[in-house]
Amino acid sequence: MSFLDAKPGVPLLESDDLVRHYEVNRGLGKPNATVKALDGVSFSLEAQKTLAVVGESGCGKSTLGRQLTLIEKPTSGALKLNGTEVGHLSDKEAKQFRRTVQMIFQNPYGSLNPRKKVGQILAEPVLLNMDNLGRKEREERVRATMAKVGLRPEFYQRYPHMFSGGQRQRIAIARALILEPKVIVADEPVSALDVSVQAQVLNLMMDLQEEMNVAYVFISHDLSVVRHIADDVMVMYLGRVAEKGPTDEIFAKPLHPYTRALLASAPKIDPTQRVKAEPLTGELPSPINPPSGCAFHKRCPFATEECAKVRPELRNFEGREVACHRVEEIA
Amino acid sequence: MSENTTPSAAHASNVAEAAVEPIGAPPSPLRETWDYFKKNRGALAGLIVIAIILFLALTAQWVAPFDPVAQDRTAFLKPPIWMEGADPRYILGTDAVGRDILSRLIHGAQLSVSIGVVVVILSMIAGIALGMVAGYFRGWVEVGVMRLMDIMLALPSLIMALAIVAILGPGLENAMLAIAIVQLPHYVRLTRASVVSELNKEYVIASQIAGAGHVRQMFVNILPNCMAPLIVQGTLGISSAILDAAALGFLGLGAQPPLPEWGTMLSEAREFVGSAWWVITFPGLCILVTVLAFNLMGDGLRDALDPKMKR
Repeated sequence: MSFLDAKPGVPLLESDDLVRHYEVNRGLGKPNATVKALDGVSFSLEAQKTLAVVGESGCGKSTLGRQLTLIEKPTSGALKLNGTEVGHLSDKEAKQFRRTVQMIFQNPYGSLNPRKKVGQILAEPVLLNMDNLGRKEREERVRATMAKVGLRPEFYQRYPHMFSGGQRQRIAIARALILEPKVIVADEPVSALDVSVQAQVLNLMMDLQEEMNVAYVFISHDLSVVRHIADDVMVMYLGRVAEKGPTDEIFAKPLHPYTRALLASAPKIDPTQRVKAEPLTGELPSPINPPSGCAFHKRCPFATEECAKVRPELRNFEGREVACHRVEEIA
Repeated sequence: MSENTTPSAAHASNVAEAAVEPIGAPPSPLRETWDYFKKNRGALAGLIVIAIILFLALTAQWVAPFDPVAQDRTAFLKPPIWMEGADPRYILGTDAVGRDILSRLIHGAQLSVSIGVVVVILSMIAGIALGMVAGYFRGWVEVGVMRLMDIMLALPSLIMALAIVAILGPGLENAMLAIAIVQLPHYVRLTRASVVSELNKEYVIASQIAGAGHVRQMFVNILPNCMAPLIVQGTLGISSAILDAAALGFLGLGAQPPLPEWGTMLSEAREFVGSAWWVITFPGLCILVTVLAFNLMGDGLRDALDPKMKR
């Protein structure tokens, strides 16, 4: 019974109050500051579903991705795969974990080793994680995966710089898929691409989800993309969850003032579709020194004195989870 | 290109398109590098010169017309054959004790080339290892290694080489070791700087997620991306190693007379710079041409090894 086996009734990937703080050296004589990049995030992801994590730059989306792939250890909190805690894995277990959780990066120009050919890049995960495969079988597997993501066989011998952004991202997707993982963390996988290519890559990801039964944690700031691909949406603000719920409901009726502002800030051509809310003003506060109470209160049109003093916790409201004191009045 | 199809097209249709624009079997990596290298005329010229020097060095005992240490007491300071009063047997003339300069130069190629190559290989291996460890692990390892290198750089290089040779004892091997140690900080600093900048790139993190261990990350994934400046530094290092070895030889701590090392020949001929120009000019020209050839070849090699320069 390892964490690799799916258990009925247990979510595939689950995070429980995940916290990641960074110590920042502020120079000689000053005490180190703590950046609360991730300050208590909980979610669960079912197999074959897509959870979108949205928010402004600096809200902790990418930090979350780094925790989920075990690149970094969380400061506190638990990460569970099939109900098993994965914080303290042995080397052997970590290897199995890697086969289960893979990642796609934002920048396809930085995520492919420029000195290696596509075939070598794709073979690396196989080489490192499937010791039983011979050279021939490895190459077969690489070629099969290339075909799956729509890369031509002759690309095998080419270097990454010979490709366009969209094709590079296909290579990156192939690399993430080649171990047949259960979860793929996609950190803004299309934001570096042209809009026309974005749609192709997104459709490819959705096709592959069906074909390979993979679940996505889709980190993005692009709401139209999220609406297209996600089953559930988690809105983050300054390292905490502001609102969490099914995509359709959140887009139809955003509850948290921040979600409303985010949706309002997304441009819409059709005036009837525009969300009526004040667009955001001001900057995201510093996570070194977050505002007291609700982190959003300084930018929130509904803020009261309570919001400045007491930090709102996530609570159920109309089948969703919202962290706002005044959600009843706003809704 | 498959990127231009309608967005709704499933990836299956993109696969079907793969049939267009067939491309022949790609050349082997070595062949590929060579194809790019030979387009660079300067680099090709450098390679040819180096090939000639290497050939002469390897076949010196058969190619050279005379024994490099044999003295002809009837022909002191004879000028080259195209000048008046030359002895036709000595094409480039003779030195103050009647040794054939051409033969000495050909034999000297052996010494100078091996000094340059051995020194660079020694300090490159040690420098890359230290710089890689410092840049990859950061923290106190980096502080320790880099401050030590700073101290080494703060000492005048020749003085330090002198001190090391004084401890080890004079001789060509010890001089090469000393020069290798003196050159070490350049490679360490260069490697560390490249590693630090590569370390934050996403491909390194991607390999980490794929399960690459430290050794694989350092030497398989990161190192090839750091090689371009190291190759150039290496070719420059060959030339400065030859020059440093000459300086040590001049001070009596490097190649010992009568070894026909080019730098030692230069130093020996110092007093004839006014009266017999050929004694000092030809060894100097040899160093110049060799150094230039190595630099040109290194430049071409860097371009040929860099996939970003390829089409």
